[in-house]
Amino acid sequence: MSAPVAAPSVTRTTVLTARDVGVVIDRATILGGVDLEVRTGEVLALVGPNGAGKSTLLGVLAGDRVPTSGSVEWQGEALAAVGVGELARRRGVLLQETHLSFPFRVVDVVRMGRTPWRGTERAAHDDERVAQALLAADVLDLATRRFPSLSGGEKARASFARVLAQEPVLLLLDEPTAALDIRHQEHVLAQARLRARAGDAVVVVLHDLSLAAAHADRVAVLDGGGLAAVGPPTQVLEPDLLSRVYRHPVDVIAHPVTGDLLVLPRRAAVHDTEPLR
Amino acid sequence: MTPTAPPRDAVEDTSPASAADTASAAALAAVRAADGPAVLPPARPARATALFVVLTLALVVLALVSAGLGQLSIPPDQVLGSVLHRIGLDLGPVPSHPNGDAALWTIRFPRVVMAMAVGAALATAGALMQGVFGNPLAEPGVVGVSSGAAVAACSTIVFGISFLGPWTIAVAAFVGGLVTTFLVYGLARSGGRTEVVTLVLTGVAVNAVCGAALALLTFLGDTQAREQIVFWQLGSLNGTRWPYVAVVAPLVLAGIAGAVLLARRLDLLSLGERAARHLGVDVERLRVVSIVVVALLTAAAVAFCGIIAFVGLVVPHLVRMAVGPGHRVLVPASALGGAVLLLAADLVARTAVPYADLPIGMLTALVGGPFFFWLIRRTRRSAGGWA
Repeated sequence: MSAPVAAPSVTRTTVLTARDVGVVIDRATILGGVDLEVRTGEVLALVGPNGAGKSTLLGVLAGDRVPTSGSVEWQGEALAAVGVGELARRRGVLLQETHLSFPFRVVDVVRMGRTPWRGTERAAHDDERVAQALLAADVLDLATRRFPSLSGGEKARASFARVLAQEPVLLLLDEPTAALDIRHQEHVLAQARLRARAGDAVVVVLHDLSLAAAHADRVAVLDGGGLAAVGPPTQVLEPDLLSRVYRHPVDVIAHPVTGDLLVLPRRAAVHDTEPLR
Repeated sequence: MTPTAPPRDAVEDTSPASAADTASAAALAAVRAADGPAVLPPARPARATALFVVLTLALVVLALVSAGLGQLSIPPDQVLGSVLHRIGLDLGPVPSHPNGDAALWTIRFPRVVMAMAVGAALATAGALMQGVFGNPLAEPGVVGVSSGAAVAACSTIVFGISFLGPWTIAVAAFVGGLVTTFLVYGLARSGGRTEVVTLVLTGVAVNAVCGAALALLTFLGDTQAREQIVFWQLGSLNGTRWPYVAVVAPLVLAGIAGAVLLARRLDLLSLGERAARHLGVDVERLRVVSIVVVALLTAAAVAFCGIIAFVGLVVPHLVRMAVGPGHRVLVPASALGGAVLLLAADLVARTAVPYADLPIGMLTALVGGPFFFWLIRRTRRSAGGWA
């Protein structure tokens, strides 16, 4: 499998435009001067070292956080001006962690994703969409289990199902694969790509750069709150840039069989390891 | 729907890029063919309906029995007959005792109705509060809202304030409850969550301050006011008359209606504040409205019957164990369950010791205290610590 190309039938329109976005919290600059477009029909991966501002940027794109400077617009309309109910019909967010106060069943949690469509024509398809979402996130077998009794990876997939059931145009996924096994990592990101192919926009925060290379149409590399590079994986995932951003030697090689990009840290022998600076 | 939203059914039309994609698309098609809804478990368990039926029956039977028991004993069929005759139906026997009808309508029935109203109010307030705090240990009595309402209500007695007639006490209790709820909410939350330790300790602090205020009021008041305050702290339905019921019942009905309207949003809030907002909940508004409703319900319960603790803790918890945590069932079922519980507790309070009317708050605390402790232990275990 080579780097994914979007189906030709999918037109790409820009849904979100971030211009010169900056976020300052307690005088610390978390984000600065970020320009980014989020388009339908493609998967955009946000990568970068810890503390680079990935989750903060995701929060800004989700409308959770109003940037200290710059603007975020949904097709010309200020994101902050979109009502909370309307926003819920446009974008869905998968947070890194879902803590549930009460022991709802998985199916109830996924049903919650349908709430934004209550009272609209789409509510007629609630059950169908919930079933599809359960299946797509591979949690159909867990449907009647209580959410708190699930493992970390199962919780992540159940929450992913909730976001799918919400049917947003824009899916914002914060490290959806962090707790998942290899099969489900591939499965969830394939589902995300499927959504993009169906005409949605997907933004996904990832730590695994090989996953980003395999599943993203564009990759945005964040470093110290700014964008170090944005573009197709083949252009952006480049050893010099990554080694600089991650402050660790990184190799990018082609898979001997499939030709996929593999991003690998160069490993020093244990006795050569120096303390982190 | 936004005008820009692409068609939803494009899933199968895409060019297959990988095996995973094709498999998923095929699986989706399979669910569609198999008529998706069929594989889903029902949104509302059948047990919920059963619970409503059982609780309603229990409430009716208990009300008839409770109204008949006391120094002047009237069999349940005569109680029922008396009610039916009052509403114009010539069915069933009327009370055979010459004073039976009078005893029922002037003493027993107001008390029975008050017990139901107060029980429903407390249990609903508990369910609501637990939903807003995201914590199964929140309850008006435990966190000090009841004491706050009591302080304000007692002040009107001690200082002889009565500008709103019989409503004065209820209004004062509402204001006191409202202030305390906001206070507890503000103090006990951090980072969008309420930890068990913080909540319980906040309750200790608030109850301590309110206890001090009540002590001061007891000190300031004359003998009659003192007696009333002491009585209040114990909680009792003794001496309930129709005018009191006329104040409490509308408040309780309004509060329960409000709580039912909030139920769906409370479900979403259990995902956490951020996730709830992502699903379209105006969290700030939900919070404020819920707190006002909690204060309203608590005030209605406290205004004439004093502090009756733990009902709001025990009832929603039992309901959750029976039918799960969904608030659309939990809230009305808690209201019913609270009515049943307090009616039963009042029956015991009236009849356990001959010629004595035990304080009902004492009874609920006697049962509720150990239950609270068990709940704390359980929460601690399931949460993996005191968080």
